[in-house]
Amino acid sequence: MSLDPATVRRIARLARIGIDESDLPALQRELNGILGWIEQLNEVDVDNVEPMVGTGHAALRMREDVVTDGDAREAVLSNAPDAAGPYYTVPKVVE
Amino acid sequence: MTYLIEGRDGPWELVVGLEVHAQVISRSKLFSGASASYGGEPNTHVSLVDAGFPGMLPVINRECVAQAVRTGLGLKARVNLESRFDRKNYFYADLPTGYQISQFTHPIIGEGAVEIELVDGSTRVIGITRLHLEQDAGKSMHDQDPARSFIDLNRAGVALMEIVSEPDIRSPEEAGAYLRKLRMILRYLGTCDGNMEEGSMRADVNVSVRKAGEPFRTRCEIKNVNSIRYVMQAIEVEAVRQVEIWESGGSVDQETRLFDPARSETRSLRSKEDAHDYRYFPDPDLLPLVIEEAWVQELASHLPELPDAKRQRFQDEYGIPRYDAGVLVAEQPTADFYETVARGRDPRLAANWVIGDFFAALNRTGRTIQDSPISAEALGGMLDLITDGTINGKIAKDVFEEMLANGETAAEIVERKGLRQVTDTGAIDAAVQAVLDKNPDKLAEYRSGKDKLFGFFVGQVMKAMAGKGNPALVNEALKKVL
Repeated sequence: MSLDPATVRRIARLARIGIDESDLPALQRELNGILGWIEQLNEVDVDNVEPMVGTGHAALRMREDVVTDGDAREAVLSNAPDAAGPYYTVPKVVE
Repeated sequence: MTYLIEGRDGPWELVVGLEVHAQVISRSKLFSGASASYGGEPNTHVSLVDAGFPGMLPVINRECVAQAVRTGLGLKARVNLESRFDRKNYFYADLPTGYQISQFTHPIIGEGAVEIELVDGSTRVIGITRLHLEQDAGKSMHDQDPARSFIDLNRAGVALMEIVSEPDIRSPEEAGAYLRKLRMILRYLGTCDGNMEEGSMRADVNVSVRKAGEPFRTRCEIKNVNSIRYVMQAIEVEAVRQVEIWESGGSVDQETRLFDPARSETRSLRSKEDAHDYRYFPDPDLLPLVIEEAWVQELASHLPELPDAKRQRFQDEYGIPRYDAGVLVAEQPTADFYETVARGRDPRLAANWVIGDFFAALNRTGRTIQDSPISAEALGGMLDLITDGTINGKIAKDVFEEMLANGETAAEIVERKGLRQVTDTGAIDAAVQAVLDKNPDKLAEYRSGKDKLFGFFVGQVMKAMAGKGNPALVNEALKKVL
């Protein structure tokens, strides 16, 4: 599998990362290197093997349905670059 | 009856599938301990998990899982004992983590079915493809400031069930019937309040058209339609739009659109460049969700009786018509009310009063069955007085109005106003004689063959007796004399 420059540009756009056209060849090389390395895994025959998603007791622990959190607006808004009263604010987004 | 869109070159068939987002009823959120209740002060029902702070880990809420399982059982669907969570990646200001935790490849609920009934009485089965659990997003407000959007994360992370139907729907009417039935089932189960105005149930509508016998053509998805009426309208106008495109030699693009009810049209919502590419991948913070068959059985054993079963039972047990049974089971509180009234009484009389005068009274007073001015016991008490002959049906209407106005029991009103029905044949005969004496001309007409005047005499006698005469006895007495 090999990525062309257009795909690299698209991946960057989907991830909202601004990149310079001049950086494209280097990024393309790096990403293709990573993909090529990962592709070695295809050499392993995993037919009839259940996918492993974790180690040990691989099941989700559940919590009871009780309210234990919230009412912490100051903490929640503490890292906001911009806020107005009780709200986060962001540059206007209207579709 | 088949719904067809008449195009220039002949009829087109409609193909619709619905994705319903139903907010799960729970106290806390799907993956955090913040409150899931509606309407708190902005950003107070938010934990650092919901706000997407670094290092915060999601922990799943057992009740939300139970609600999804109950819903699956109610939809006669397969419950997957093992399911998984994936990240659906997209950027929007009210999604702090940059991804929504959802279930993509392994949903908790698989195929099921919903039976719908149409106006003409026919029924159809609409297939359910799947149901999965996912997080709701926060709320953006764009009208508070000229340059900024305001974000409230209270809803971010609240559990949603996305319920996906098969593309089995063939008309706007079927779409409406499906949504109403689904909402009824969710409300019976207590897993979602089904309130579309508040946004706790929303629908994405997939629409395409085709010529009879063709495979599916390209569909468009109309996002976030928030009433059943709008869903039906959106389908209608979108289908017409697509037929026009195909017939003018164009082709429909697969895209997301929105419905504008004010202009009754759909508009493209996202540019093609941003077409769905959510880059789903398994959420590394969450292990597979594994549930026990025994737990599913336990949840199943506590399910309430669902609308279809209840309707059938009402027909069988109470001998009331299918239509009446359908009206009575539409809302669970109504069904419970009816059963309280009907228990130990004439169930048909009970159905007539509940559906007739009682519903009319609720409408008139703007009350609901939950805060009804007349309790089921009180209405039942009034029916007892009809059945044992204390009052007749006409007087009962007056008594009912009194009960509505001042909350007295029927017995109290009958006693206070002396409305007890007169069954003393001597008194009735006397009243009959008095009426005949007063109307010799009418009596002559009647005798000369004007049979219709019988009704006049009944009316006059009842009037003379202030409505309290036993109608059967009055009729009998009149017949004897005339």
